[in-house]
Amino acid sequence: MQNQLLAIVLLPLLAALFTGFAGSSLPRQWAHRVTILAVGISCLLSINIAVEQILDQAQPLNYNLYTWAQLGGLSLNVGFLIDDLTASMMAVVTFVSLMVHVYTIGYMKDDPGYQRFFAYISLFTFAMLTLVMSNNFLQLFFGWEAVGLVSYLLIGFWYKKPTAIFANLKAFLVNRVGDFGFLLGIAGVYFVFDTLDYAEVFSQIEQGYKDLEIPVSDGLIWSATTFICIGLFIGAMGKSAQVPLHVWLPDSMEGPTPISALIHAATMVTAGVFMVARMSPLFEQSEVALNFILIIGGTTALFMGFLGVIQNDIKRVIAYSTLSQLGYMVVALGASAYSIAIFHLLTHAFFKALLFLGAGSVIIAMHHEQDMRKMGNLKKYMPITYATMLIGSLALIGTPLFSGFYSKDAIIEAVHFSSLAASGYAYACVLIGVFFTALYSFRLFFMVFHTKERMDEHTKSHLKESPAVVWVPLVALAIPSIIAGYFLAPSIVSGEYFDDAIKVASNHDTIAPIVEHYQHPFSLALSSISHLPLWLAIAGVATAFLFVVVKPELNERLRKALGPIVHVLENNYYFDKLYINYFSAGGIGLGKRFWQWIDVAIIDGVMVNGTAKLVTGISVKTRKIQTGYLYHYVFVMVFGLLLLLGWLYWRVLNG
Amino acid sequence: MLENLPILSLLIWLPIAGATLIIFATGQKHQQATQWLALVTAAATFVLSLLALNDFDSSRFYLQFVEDKMWIETLGIKYSLGVDGISLPLIALTSLMTLIVIISSWNNIKLRVSHYLASFLIMCGLMNGVFAATDAILFYVFWEAMLVPMFLIIGIWGGPNRIYATLKFFIYTFFGSVFLLIVLIYLGNQAESFNIFKMHDLVIDADTQRLIFFAFLIAFAIKVPMWPVHTWLPDAHVQAPTGGSVILAAIMLKMGTYGFVRFMLPIVPDASLAMADFMIVLSLIAVAYIGFVALAQSDMKKLIAYSSIAHMGFVTLGLFISFSLLADNHQDAAVMGIQGALIQMISHGFISGALFLCIGVLYDRMHSRNIQDYGGVVNTMPRFAMFFMIFAMANAGLPGTSGFVGEFMVILSSFQVSFWIASIGGLTLILAAAYTLWMYKRVMFGDVANDKVAALTDLKPRETIVLIILAIMVMLFGLWPAPLLDIMAPSVQHLIDCNLVSKLSPEGMCS
Repeated sequence: MQNQLLAIVLLPLLAALFTGFAGSSLPRQWAHRVTILAVGISCLLSINIAVEQILDQAQPLNYNLYTWAQLGGLSLNVGFLIDDLTASMMAVVTFVSLMVHVYTIGYMKDDPGYQRFFAYISLFTFAMLTLVMSNNFLQLFFGWEAVGLVSYLLIGFWYKKPTAIFANLKAFLVNRVGDFGFLLGIAGVYFVFDTLDYAEVFSQIEQGYKDLEIPVSDGLIWSATTFICIGLFIGAMGKSAQVPLHVWLPDSMEGPTPISALIHAATMVTAGVFMVARMSPLFEQSEVALNFILIIGGTTALFMGFLGVIQNDIKRVIAYSTLSQLGYMVVALGASAYSIAIFHLLTHAFFKALLFLGAGSVIIAMHHEQDMRKMGNLKKYMPITYATMLIGSLALIGTPLFSGFYSKDAIIEAVHFSSLAASGYAYACVLIGVFFTALYSFRLFFMVFHTKERMDEHTKSHLKESPAVVWVPLVALAIPSIIAGYFLAPSIVSGEYFDDAIKVASNHDTIAPIVEHYQHPFSLALSSISHLPLWLAIAGVATAFLFVVVKPELNERLRKALGPIVHVLENNYYFDKLYINYFSAGGIGLGKRFWQWIDVAIIDGVMVNGTAKLVTGISVKTRKIQTGYLYHYVFVMVFGLLLLLGWLYWRVLNG
Repeated sequence: MLENLPILSLLIWLPIAGATLIIFATGQKHQQATQWLALVTAAATFVLSLLALNDFDSSRFYLQFVEDKMWIETLGIKYSLGVDGISLPLIALTSLMTLIVIISSWNNIKLRVSHYLASFLIMCGLMNGVFAATDAILFYVFWEAMLVPMFLIIGIWGGPNRIYATLKFFIYTFFGSVFLLIVLIYLGNQAESFNIFKMHDLVIDADTQRLIFFAFLIAFAIKVPMWPVHTWLPDAHVQAPTGGSVILAAIMLKMGTYGFVRFMLPIVPDASLAMADFMIVLSLIAVAYIGFVALAQSDMKKLIAYSSIAHMGFVTLGLFISFSLLADNHQDAAVMGIQGALIQMISHGFISGALFLCIGVLYDRMHSRNIQDYGGVVNTMPRFAMFFMIFAMANAGLPGTSGFVGEFMVILSSFQVSFWIASIGGLTLILAAAYTLWMYKRVMFGDVANDKVAALTDLKPRETIVLIILAIMVMLFGLWPAPLLDIMAPSVQHLIDCNLVSKLSPEGMCS
């Protein structure tokens, strides 16, 4: 089994290195053959591991590969922790990655950077796997930053595009802000537990560890555990794009579409959610942190949903939808329903990857036009894309029996039963969010696939279904988008699925009241007719239908009526303005001032060169004493002698 | 095998002998022979340093490869050499970087090639001497002598404003050395020996310690350089030729922090403890303030020079945080702080050296260091872009590169002392990424900016080899720093157990 695990991680890495270093000298088909073979094997092995862990109830595996550093009594290792949670993530990551690899053959067909692209996505798979399989915080941080690096490389893949290289720098820096918190959180773990090993941390918690205090200022003292949790969660806010660190995700759509599906929907952005679930024993110790998580998650779920409604770029709609769905997952974390968060993570990975790849298929057909106002009635030309996108959208809005229904419904229920102070707010957010999810999803769906054809004649004449390498992954993702929820719901909600991988304190157990319903997924679907979320979703679809299909002219009128609000939304609540105009410009301005005023003017001008000038000044004056005239020197000598004698005389007299 | 070989002497005198041969035997006329001779000498020196590493017994803390001969008998000054786990890696680093500089300046210097190469070889020997000397006066001789070749390198092969820069460099560092000499003579008298390790066993009262502390501080802080005595560095870098910048950043800056570890911390631990907060504040200013200053630079070399100062801030932070940790009985964390500082020294040697080489690659082709003159270089130099990216990320402290290791360890250990120190130190995560990657973006990404960029040619094999070596080192110690840490561990443990204890009275001292 250990060899299998090594193979899972290293195959994508080796493939990436091979493809990357061979570069453009490698024939194109070999670039995709090598990487797909590697990721394919990795995927099969991961599924095998998942079956062993989850179905066959194998014992969790925790071991170290090598010692990274030995510092006094502290041992820092690289190793794997394989349990139900890890195994599920591995299977999802490698499966989605494999689909994206296949899809890329079609999508990037004509791109000059073909080999480089495959090298990057394989490298990403490696990085993501080291993140999820880690058994300690050091390696977690390695994987964490490594996925950030590949994301940076991929967003800027088209490095000639000014918007792309702006977006990738922005993504990296915003993530670094999150990582700043993450690193402090890790430092806090070492502070409290004297180790960075998960198992040791968890066992100390179980045995009743002693929380330490962090003095922040006079009179203000934080609990170290709360500090750790909030620090780690700030890292998660960066990676999982939670308000206010969400600004990088919409811009990341500048990268090629396959990576939007792989990285910015299904895997990397869920790393934060995964991390919090992994750390559930720790987060359970701090209600302050859980409340914080609920507020951030709820805000993201609702307010990013609003933004999805006003976008016209097809990828941006899905990007905001991703933000909003990540908010749902985070809300579940805050409500201590970690397993439900991972449940939504899994189902979302399938249908969001599907939606992105479907959008990519549309974009190929439209000759890289992404504006939905120039689309319409594509169902006529692209039946497979149409059908799979419909499935994806239905899953996303939580249509009964579809996978999204079970995971999202469970989140709403769990928050409802949470007794934390912020749970009311979060509950309202996720509930209202259901309406907007349905609204923006079907607004997109109708605008692209129905209504009248708005594209130019040239594009229209070339419209056709995408090739098999593109639509096969769509179909492959559509199947789990439909059924995954139905089959997984009973065991995940009851807690059987994750066993001991996730720990919940008994007073936070928000899932217990709903376990019973989820044992019968079919009747649950039927009974949803009497629940509010379903009606909110229907209302959303109906609204979209009204505004897009029936009476498009209402659109403009509403926009005018809601003028100021639309303005705020179009500016993304002014976050970008704030960050760019104040934070980055401010930072550079500060640097300039430090440099010009302190370094150049004071230190160099006054102190360093000032000293030099002073010395020169004195020497210019003093050299005038050396006149070269003998009588001057004799005079000084005599004067000196007299002075010396006078002094001696004075000493003797007073002696 | 090495038992009978005076390997440290060889590491010092072999490159100097090679340089002498180059100047007097091959000279200016036979450029080819000169280059090859320099290469062979540098390679032989590097191999010697590897042999020493291989033979070094890393389970023991005490000095190895010891040589001890009387030099100036009337004054009790000896020619004594020896290395421990702290100095040996620095010798290996010096020898490697010299080899790299020799390879990288192969065809780039047109003027007085033999003198140029000889200067680097001489400097290599002298710097090895600084790290190997165990007699304080011998140390001082190497310490001062090493300035001369660098003075010449900047003054002769430097940029247009080289005279100002090299004078500033020389006078600045020389100024500090005066205090060093006085203190060493004083300590030699007290210990009745110039052996550095005898000085470690001195009992010194608190007031004297404070005086000694400040004398050391002036000498070493200028070399590091610490804020606010850092302004010579950007000027020196900007004017220095590529090879000069590489050695300056990779090795010379380490002299200052080596001085802290070898002299200041063990000889005046009580004063160091008393001044630890002050030193921590200076280190944090280096990390945060200099990070902002780096952001504002438009000259690539200046930017990297400032970034060097910021990264060296972690070395001083790690060294002085350990005093606060030991005062609170956090032994493990103190080990982590000092080890972090030491590994940061080595790592910064690779990364800053590599970055200056990268800028050199661009400068050789475009004759500009100005970020504005570039843009879209990736289009014409994709292979170079990859290497530059690796080193840029290492400079930003990405895990998996050596740049991460030291900073991570220092931040983790400083958190034990104060959440605020760790937070300000942690700002490097954002600042280093901002200034490095923003520069990378403006220089490398985008459309081809002008005809000069369009005419660029990708790396030559010679340049590729050099960058590959450094890339391997950066990744190796990022993914597996354990071997390096293990070499250092016994010496660091000894430093903590025996030398960072109070020297106010003989109690608690090891010998």
